[in-house]
Parts: sequence; structure tokens; C-alpha cells
Amino acid sequence: MSRMRTDTFTVNGERREVAYPAHHTLLEVLREELALTGTKHGCDLGECGTCTVLVNGEPILACLAMAADMAGKSIETVEGLATGPVLHPLQRCFADMGAAQCGYCTPGMLMSAKALLAENAAPSEDEVRSALAGNLCRCTGYQQIVEAVRAAGSELKTQGCGAKGAASHG
Amino acid sequence: MLRLPELDFLSPSTIEEALQMLADDPSGTRVLAGGTDLVPNLKRRHQHARRLVSLGRLASLRGVSGDPAHGLRVGAMTTLRSILKNEVLEQHWPGLIAAVRSISSPVLQSMGTIGGNLCLDTRCTYYNQTEEWRSAIGYCMKEAGDTCWVAPSSSRCWAIAASDAAPLLCAIGARVRLASTRGERELAVEALLCDDGIAYLSKAPDEVLTDVLLPPAGTWKATYWKLRRRGSIDFPVLGVGTALRVGKNGVVEDVRIFLGAVASAPVRALAAESILQGHILDETTLVSAGKAAQEVATALDNTDFTMTWRRQMIPHYVAGTLRELADLPRVGLLGADGLEC
Amino acid sequence: MAEVKKPGALIGTPFRRVDAVGKVTGRTLYADDLVFPRSVHMRLLRSNVPHAEIVSIDVSAARALEGVVGVLTGRDMPEPFGILPVSQDEHALCLDKVRFVGDPVAAVAALSEEVADAACKLIKVEYRALATIAGYDDAIDPDKDLIHAYGDDRNFHKKLSMRFGDLDAGFARADLVLEDTVFFEGNTHLPMEMHACTAVPEGDGRVAVHSSTQTPHYLHKALTKVLGIPASWIRVIATTNGGGFGGKTDPFNHEITAAKMALALGRPVRIALSREEVFMCHRGRHPTLMRIKTGFKKDGSIVAQHLKTLLDGGAYGSYGVASTYYTGALQCVTYKIPTYQFDGARVWTNKPPCGPKRGHGTPQPRFAQEIHLDKAALRLGLDPAEMRLQQLQPAGAVTANWLKIGSMGLGPCINAVVEGSRWKERRGKLGFGRGLGIACSSYLSGAGLPIYWNHMPHSGVQLKLDRSGGVAVFCGETECGQGSDSVLAACVADVLGIELSDIRLCVADTDLTPVDLGSYSSRVTLMMGNAALQAAERAKELISGPVAQELGVPAGRLVFADRRVFDSENPACGRSFAEAVVIAESKLGTLGTTGSYTPPRAPGRFRGAGVGPSPAYSYSACIVEVVVDPGTGLVHVPDVWIAHDVGRALNPVLTRGQVEGGIYMGLGEALMEESAFRRLPKKLSNALVHKFPNMLEYKSPTFLEMPRIHTTIVEDPDPNGPYGAKEVGQGPMLPVMPAVANAIFDAVGVRVDQVPIQPWMILKALAEKERGGAGRFGPAEFPAVDYGAALHVPTPEEGGDGKARNADEVGIKGGTMTETRKEIR
Ligand SMILES: Cc1cc2nc3c(=O)[nH]c(=O)nc-3n(C[C@H](O)[C@H](O)[C@H](O)COP(=O)(O)OP(=O)(O)OC[C@H]3O[C@@H](n4cnc5c(N)ncnc54)[C@H](O)[C@@H]3O)c2cc1C
Ligand code: SF4
Ligand code: FES
Ligand code: FES
Repeated sequence: MSRMRTDTFTVNGERREVAYPAHHTLLEVLREELALTGTKHGCDLGECGTCTVLVNGEPILACLAMAADMAGKSIETVEGLATGPVLHPLQRCFADMGAAQCGYCTPGMLMSAKALLAENAAPSEDEVRSALAGNLCRCTGYQQIVEAVRAAGSELKTQGCGAKGAASHG
Repeated sequence: MLRLPELDFLSPSTIEEALQMLADDPSGTRVLAGGTDLVPNLKRRHQHARRLVSLGRLASLRGVSGDPAHGLRVGAMTTLRSILKNEVLEQHWPGLIAAVRSISSPVLQSMGTIGGNLCLDTRCTYYNQTEEWRSAIGYCMKEAGDTCWVAPSSSRCWAIAASDAAPLLCAIGARVRLASTRGERELAVEALLCDDGIAYLSKAPDEVLTDVLLPPAGTWKATYWKLRRRGSIDFPVLGVGTALRVGKNGVVEDVRIFLGAVASAPVRALAAESILQGHILDETTLVSAGKAAQEVATALDNTDFTMTWRRQMIPHYVAGTLRELADLPRVGLLGADGLEC
Repeated sequence: MAEVKKPGALIGTPFRRVDAVGKVTGRTLYADDLVFPRSVHMRLLRSNVPHAEIVSIDVSAARALEGVVGVLTGRDMPEPFGILPVSQDEHALCLDKVRFVGDPVAAVAALSEEVADAACKLIKVEYRALATIAGYDDAIDPDKDLIHAYGDDRNFHKKLSMRFGDLDAGFARADLVLEDTVFFEGNTHLPMEMHACTAVPEGDGRVAVHSSTQTPHYLHKALTKVLGIPASWIRVIATTNGGGFGGKTDPFNHEITAAKMALALGRPVRIALSREEVFMCHRGRHPTLMRIKTGFKKDGSIVAQHLKTLLDGGAYGSYGVASTYYTGALQCVTYKIPTYQFDGARVWTNKPPCGPKRGHGTPQPRFAQEIHLDKAALRLGLDPAEMRLQQLQPAGAVTANWLKIGSMGLGPCINAVVEGSRWKERRGKLGFGRGLGIACSSYLSGAGLPIYWNHMPHSGVQLKLDRSGGVAVFCGETECGQGSDSVLAACVADVLGIELSDIRLCVADTDLTPVDLGSYSSRVTLMMGNAALQAAERAKELISGPVAQELGVPAGRLVFADRRVFDSENPACGRSFAEAVVIAESKLGTLGTTGSYTPPRAPGRFRGAGVGPSPAYSYSACIVEVVVDPGTGLVHVPDVWIAHDVGRALNPVLTRGQVEGGIYMGLGEALMEESAFRRLPKKLSNALVHKFPNMLEYKSPTFLEMPRIHTTIVEDPDPNGPYGAKEVGQGPMLPVMPAVANAIFDAVGVRVDQVPIQPWMILKALAEKERGGAGRFGPAEFPAVDYGAALHVPTPEEGGDGKARNADEVGIKGGTMTETRKEIR
């Protein structure tokens, strides 16, 4: 059967040793080996952005990244955004401002948005649109997503950074 | 889930190790850079590999170095995202930045590399499909079959050269360095890319592209215009890389124009160049140059839009690059108000 | 008219959706996220030929592969199914024929998805090829092979013709008669989530199917039919849908096959479709060719309209009969059209089946009608916005084709977009290359009739209240992003004066929740909302009695608000909601209520009258601004003004989200999305494949294609809606496509009478105009189709009674209610 590898992955700050087939992508390792099903997939070919996660702070597509290439790097998924029960400002703004309808593009959007805000906490509308242009959404028409990202940016700025926000009701 | 076939993953920590791995089994081994072209192709089973040699750990292949006055070197594994953030490049070859910015989407740009971009497989809507789809029409010439579905009477494959950086790099006369266990060689980007949908690279399978070498910018100015359906994600259906040197008197001293996505390699618009050469770059001259550029294109029905329309667009885009470089006002709405360029 | 219910503290506020936190944290489990112990993985082998008889299937090599645990073929499930009772033409796995590339012929379950995939490749299917029916021409050709052994006429699945009123007299009164041939290309839903399901066997021959479906109830029915076991042994749980747009409203092969496999193996079977397979499931927009002829008076009023439609249905029935009716059903609910004829037909072709996509059958004729009105305005020298305003159907009207309109807020909608865009100052004055276009539309708030004939409610809600103070709400509705969970919870919380966090939802589970017909035809807010209000009002009543007694105040004086129940005249006198429930539970025993909703009966009594009636119609007006580059034909949309009459916005943020999402999908359809097919030269091959079944080449707009959207919500409460609410999920997309076409005309003076409008079409039209031609791009002719004799139905204006005059002559018995077998909606 498949040739297996064993590697250590750091996902959301947690180090995990995983045995997995050598030909699997990061998407498969996250969803299937680590049960981190928060990362979604919509095409498996790099065409939709749904599987966006952060690797060393940069957004990448988990469906195209060989898992073996990611060993030892710091991987962040949607599951790592909140601090315990406290939502990240991006999550809170998405929730309150209509930026998640069916919610399927949401994890990828949040990760792309997080990478953007890390570089530019006060992006203009155009900057948000350009930075998130590889993430498709079929539900929202994007406008409420743009608004939510910008609102989260100004919240992060007034907080000085960090990810503290109001308690989630989840 | 669409998955990769079983294969071995190798991650050498030195370039020598990588070259040896390739030399061991050149036909069954492929170089993996960002994987944004190779992984979809392997998933859809139109490229094959028993082993992948990842260059991910080779820090020496990453980054921009050198002296702008004598030419910059961009490591093959430099990601598109880091190219976009590089201030030296921005200052000396803003045209390259324009080309790289137009590639795919932001999230793909943080994976894709410049080396991978130059070694992109050629594309065709009869070919970039799943195994099931291809079996439903029968494999074409680029694979097991012997007919080209786009041009059934043709004896060659017309798959499209889809790199956005390539036309620009050709236009500015960039070179690449290739390495293998047999040694190193340098050649022009123009010579790396062959107008053949199947044998589209002059690189041998065991060779690694290590560096992209940019000439000193001097008085050259260059830019890249791209036509595609959407403002992001989409490959070009036409790309124009233009490099220009204008003398103090306003006369064109040198010009190189390469069209992307209208053949299996970037094609040089020589007829257009000769119209410009030695002339003042005014509206009339650049319009006739744009028209002349049409001749080298063999747009076929194997990508988005109709082939006739794509051909019709060539004069507009060639003229557009020239106006931009000559600081002439835009004509029409192209490039303004969110219209693609 | 009935009194419209007044909102409490919650309804009308921008409360956070109840599913939001799950979605932003990645906790929401979609179908493909579910993992059950001992699961095996299933893949389907799909046909790679477009039209053929199956000669033999050899699965021996697949069975022998290590890791394979089960293989099924068509023989294992011979019973046909289909969403409509009259179109039971699909098999879970093809029996003896395949009808399109992608039709499933065998299924393999294995220990891993990869082994299942490999095993599928080992199955040998021998086909005997039949002629490929690629489009209208082939389908109409009487010499071609038949795709199905049933239907109205050879490869015509459906043909119909109905005439309302004296059409000839209508046209005779016209000052201007316009005729146009218009084409609307097919396109698909492209939900971001690919369909997936897991079937879990439960003891004693039962099975539970967890699936990304918008219609668990109809899936339940299809499973019952094909599996041949009692309905009560089958449980369907619809997982939260990662988008649907109508693409998950049919029962699908993979769902039925997974259930069969799970029962056969006694272990959970999961299947997740690939993106390409989602394109094969399709059920998207029907490519529709239309011939529209309208008679106008000088003042712009319409005296007659004759519409012919021809739908390319793909390989199976799906909702197609209803879709065909829908291409004519809603033409008269927007403007006054006193006489109207509609001829519709649907053909079969060897392509993935078309079905209901957002707007189901109505965007196509709406496109034809709205560009037609624009042309008429030009010819009559009228302002297109003003002309529309003058022709509006009044609230409460009954249309020529017997649809009863409730509230009608299109006038304010038109005024809002006219003002917002500064239409009067700017239209026609923006210079060559920039223009404004207007269009309007209306849509159903739920179909008046269910898909299969019955007298039961369309939606049911059940409440369980107990001493915790929490309220559990049970309903069969399915969340697919539109916000139905939030509407359900908010309606109950609003009536009972409690918080959303006091509500626990249990939805979309055929074992546990009362039936709701599903998330289609924009029916959920209105129907489920009404059922929820009824259940909540009953709960309020139940609690009020004992509490009033305890407090010593009349029950009628009690107010439910702020998580309390108190005397309106002495607010201090009261109990917390939880205490109130304890009082009631002590007195009455275990507490629970139900509510249900059945739409009012529609006035039409002729065959076909079942399609079109709705408890309420929503209205939208849209103005699009375009920039067109005349050199290249490229189109950019900087701004869209949209106003939508939603009756009552239960939540303004969610309402706006639906509107903007509709604009998005509309712009995609107007400018780039298309389900195109590849045919190789016939002498080389009979192949017929989807041109680009992937997300790179099927063009879905990105962030960068989206304009600024200026949304106005108009609230003209409808007496039939909960709090007056009407639909918002589909209506706002309908005017976008014609508004774009009309704006392009305003910008560069040429007409593209088809969508998607491509740059090369604009260039061709411009070139034609330059040569002195009409400056139009679009279909030249409409094929000769014999629609059969028309059913004649006198209009209400003519004093009709809703019945057809010649039902006997045209061979159909009149009266919707008596036609239990054949009536479709
Ligand atoms: C949805 C989508 C949209 C895209 N849009 C565009 C676009 O608009 N424009 C565009 O130009 N590209 C586009 N791409 C292609 C691709 O993302 C970029 O071209 C990228 O730069 C490729 O680099 P990579 O490192 O990911 O290449 P890989 O996939 O890793 O490699 C590509 C090929 O080059 C070979 N290779 C890579 N590096 C080397 C090396 N150093 N030496 C020898 N061989 C090597 C590989 O073996 C492989 O055959 C798109 C891709 C996707 C999935
Ligand atoms: S151009 Fe012809 S041979 Fe080449 S990939 Fe396309 S169909 Fe195949
Ligand atoms: S799943 Fe679509 S980009 Fe990865
Ligand atoms: S919210 Fe459904 S795809 Fe974005």
C-alpha cells in the first residue's frame, strides 16, 4: 500500500507527530489525519481558495501543498483563530456583519484576511478586494466580507493587536 | 477528493543531492517547487511521476541578489510573493513586478515560484481536465493519442504557453542558469522555451533551473499587459511583454515585444518591432506596430474566449504597452475603470 | 385583509445569525466533515460516452481488488426515481442505458477512497453507441435516436400551450408590435461545498443518510421508493449546506446508492463528490431559446404578449416540467398584461440534467421581457423607468393567467433606484462607452402547491418547552446559507420574548422534525415562518393561562418580553420566562405545541394553473451602470442600484446579504458564467462533454469583478407573510441580466439579445452597426415547434371563472385539483 511517512507538524501552536501517506497534501493531513475539518475544500486544484491556511504567516492553499513540504513549519487553521471561547475580531465581525452565509468559504476567507491584516491593519476597500481575490464566495457578493475585514482591522488597531474580543456565544 | 497518485517524496538539503536524485531516475522524477502547476497536473494524471524532488529546503535557491548595475539574480525558488515585496526589483524592473502581480491570485503567489513559472506545462482546455474527461473524448496528441483535437489536421500540439513572467523576461533579455550532475549552463529565457506544446522546454529532465538572471536595466523600460476574464486567478489568454529603449531625441533605439498565450512559447513580434525601430513613438506608429504584431499569433480554440476575438485584442494590448512606456495617454477605456490590462 | 403581525424586540434588528459562530470557528460540520466509525468509502463509475445502451458490465476485477468491500450496479436498484411524480426517469445506477457523460453505472465501496477509485477503473463496461443528441437541432430531428421512451413527442419531454384572453383582439389594439428572438445560455449553481453524504445503517434494517441536501423530505421519498423499505425505517438528516442555490434539491444517485451500499454492508458508507461530479449532477439553469412578441399602446401600456420558449433539458426530467411552466408563469405579475399566450417546450439532450437554479425558469423570460420593454420605450420615446412605473400591477390584482398578487412594492423600488443612480440626469448622457440600464422583476415566496399532490401542510414546527426556560424548536427546514435557522429561531424567540440563546434548534431530520418541504422556491421564510409563529403563539397561550391565574390578572394583559411574562398594566407584576414555564408545566404537564402552514388556494382551475401561484410575490428594481470599451468589447460594472420589496426585513443584515448575493450571481450570469459543451467533429467522435467542469474555466466572479452595490430594502408587508415578510433569496438576481444588457445599449448603442454577454458579441454588434445594420447580436431564428393546440382560459377581466374553455377539445381535463397524477408544479 501507500508509502508512509512520519513527520511532526506544528498546527495552531500544537506539535503533532503524524504518520501519513507520502503523497498526501496538507489538506488531507489536516482533515483526515488531524481531524481538523474546519479547513474546507471546493476544488482540490487551487482554483477556489476554500482550503486557505497560513504557513509561517503566509496564506497558502492546503490542497496544493505537499504535506511533507510543510513538516516543521508553523501552520495555522481556522480552529486556531479564537482564544478559547473568545472569538478573534475577524471572526466576530464576520459573524455580526453577514460575512458568512453558507459559511463554506469562511475559513479560507478568514485566513486570507488574517494574513492581510497582519501586514496592513487599515486596508482600503480595494486593498481588501485585491488581497482576497483568490478566495471565491458564491453567497455574499463579497461586500459584507469586505466590510467585516475592515471593521476587524480597525478593532485590532484600537486593541493594539492581539486577538482579544468579546466572548463568543457559541 | 481529487488526490495525488502514490509517489515518493524526497527533500534534499543540498543542490548536489537534488541533482543526484534527478540523475538517478530522470524519467520518473520531477522537480517540485511551489507545486501550483505540478500538483494539479499530477492529480489529474496528465503529468506523471514516481518521485518528487522538493527544492523546498534549498535556501540557496531563494532570494534576490547581485548588483543592479551589473544585473540581478533571482533564485528559482523565490516565491512570487517575495518578488512582489522586493524593493530593488520594484525600482529596477517594475515591468517584472507588473507581470508577476498579474499571475494567478495572492494566495497562489505565496506558493508559486519564479522557476516554476518558467517551467509551466503548456495549457489547453482539451488537456487540463481530469482523466475521466479526457477518456470521454479520447486522449489527444499531448498524451497517448495521435490527434490534436484543437486542430485535427495538424501534426503538432498547439497547447498554450501560459506563463505571465516569460514574455516579460524574454522581452528584457533575461537568462536562466541550469544545473545537473553534468554541469551548469546558461541560456536565454527565449531559448529555454520552445514553440511546441509537447516539448516546450529545452531543459533536460534532470536539469534544475537554479537562477533567473536579469540584465541591468540601464535605459530600458519594460511593462506587461495581460488579458484574462477575471481580475484574479485566471491564466492569460493574451500577454504582452514589451521592452523599450528610447533615445534623447524620442527615437526608438531598441524594442523587444513578446506575446504570451498565443502559441506554445512566447513569440517575438518582429514585424512590429521593425516598424518601431528608429522611429518616433507616436500614436500612428504604435497603432501600426500593434496591427503588425497580430501576424505571429496562432490563437486557437483551446482557452477562454473565442480565438478570433483573442487575435483581435493583440493590437490593443501591444499598443497599450507602448503607450504606457512612452507616457502617451490611454486610448479607449482599456486599463481604466477596472477594465483588465 | 388579514392584519400583519407586529414585531417584538428581535424581528427587524440586525441580530447575529444563530449559525454564525459555528461557521466562523470551523465547528459547523458539513456532510464531508462527518466521520463515523467503521466507515468505508464509495466512488461511482460514470459513463464516458454520451448516449449508449449498456451491453455488459464486468465488475469481477474490481471486486477482486484488495480493499474493496462492495460493488453495486443498476440491477441492484431497478426502481426508478425522480423529483416529480411524472418524471420518474432516473436510476440510482443506470440499468440498460446511459444518457450523458457522467451518468453513473456502478459503485464501489472500499477501505479507502483511493482503492475505490482504482477499483472503478477496473470495471469494464461495454456500450453500444446511440446517436448523440447535442442540442435543439438534434432533439427536434425526427430521425434521431430517442433518449427516453416516454415524453410528449419523441425527444420533446414536454410541450404546452395556453392562451389567456383574446390575444388577437389584444394585438389588434396595439400601436406597436415588437418581436424578438432571445437566448439565455445554461449555467450552474457552483455551491462552494461539493455534494457529500454518509449513510449509516442502524439496527433492524434501518438506515440514516446524512447528506448535503436542500430537500431532505424529497430525498426521503426517493429513498423509500428505490430501497423498497418502509419510510419509517429511513432517516434523512440534511447537514448544513455549504451553498445550494437549487443544486441540491433533487434526490441524487450517490445518496441512494450510499444508502443501498450501507444496508448491504452493514457499515457506514461515505461518498464525497469531486468538483467535476458536481458539474455532472448539475440541475442548473436551462439553456432557453425564446420568441417574444408584445403589443404596446403609444403610452407604453401592454395589450398582448405571446411568448414561446424552448428549453434544453439535458438527459433527465428533474424539475423540468415545472421549469418549462415557470418560463411562462410569472410574466404577468409585474406589469399589466391583459392578454397573454405562453407556449413552452423542453427537449432532452445528452447532457447533465438541467433543473432549478436560483430563479427557476424565470430569469430567461424575464430577460426577454425586460430587454423588450427597453426597446419599446425607445421606439415610443418614453423613459424606460417611467414607462414601467405606469404599467405596474396593482396590489391585490389577479393576473390574466390567474395569479393572485398580495402586496406590491415595485413602485417605491423603481423610485429608489431612479433616485439613487440619478437616472433622470444621467441616463443617455454619460457619453459613448458609459451607460445605465434598468430592469424589474418579481418572484414567488414559495410555490403554492407541493411537488407531489397532497393536502398536508407545507411546513411544520414543533416546540418543546420545559422548566429550564429553554425552548427546543423542531422543524424539517434546511439551512443552506440563506439564514433559515436564524429566521426559525428568531420568530419563536420574538413571540415568546426570549433570547436567541434560549432556543435550541433541531432541524432537517426526517425522524425527529415535522416535515418542511425544503429549501427551494424561496418558500422557507414565509411558510416555516408562519408555522413557527403559530407554534409560538400557541405556546404563549398555553403558558398565559396558568400564569395569569397565578398573577391574578387577565390572560389577555400578559406581555412576553425581556425573558419575562408580566402584566402590561403593572410590569413589576410578573415572572421570569423560566418560572412561567414551571407554573404552566406544573399545571398542565409536559408542554409542547405545533404550528403548521398551508398556502391559500389559488384561483386558477386549468391544467398548468398549479405553477405560478404563491402566497406572496416579492418585487425588485435594478439599475446597472456599465463601462464598455468599444475597441475591445470589454465590460466593467462600477455600480449597481437595487431596491427589493421584501415585505418585511426580519433581519436587515441578512436581507441585504441575500440581495447582494443575488446581484453577484446575476452579474456572473450576465457576463461570464456558462455551461458550455464540447462536441468534436462528428466524423472523429460522437463525444459530447462539458467544456470546462472546473472552477478555473467556469467563471465565477471574484472580489474584483464586483461593483459597489447600493441596496434599498422596501417593506410593503404582505398579509400572507410572517410579520409581512416575503422572499429575498432569488428575486433580486432576476433583473440584473436584462439591466446589464439595457445598460450596454445605453453605453454603446448596440443590443446583445443573449447571455452571457461576451466582449466579442459587442464587437460584432458594433461592427454590424458601423456597416449600417441593426447593431444587434443574438439568435436569428426560432425553430418551428408544434406546441399543439392552446388551452383557452378567459381572463378575470373578461369575466372568466378560472377554468379553461376548451379543456375537452385539447384532450386535457380541466381543473388542477382533480388531476392528481399528471399535475405538476
Ligand atoms: C488556479 C491557478 C491559476 C494560475 N494562474 C496563473 C497565471 O495567471 N499566470 C501564470 O503564469 N501562472 C498561473 N498559475 C500557475 C502557477 O501557479 C505559477 O505559474 C507558479 O509560478 C508556478 O510555480 P510553482 O513553483 O508552483 O511550480 P511547480 O508546480 O512546482 O512546478 C511547475 C513545473 O516546473 C518544474 N519546475 C519547477 N521549478 C523548477 C526548477 N527550479 N527547476 C526545474 N524544474 C522546475 C516542475 O517540475 C513542474 O513541471 C496558476 C495556477 C493555478 C492553480
Ligand atoms: S493543442 Fe491539441 S494536442 Fe495539444 S493539448 Fe490541446 S488538443 Fe492536445
Ligand atoms: S480546494 Fe479549491 S483551492 Fe484548494
Ligand atoms: S458564504 Fe457561502 S460561499 Fe461564501
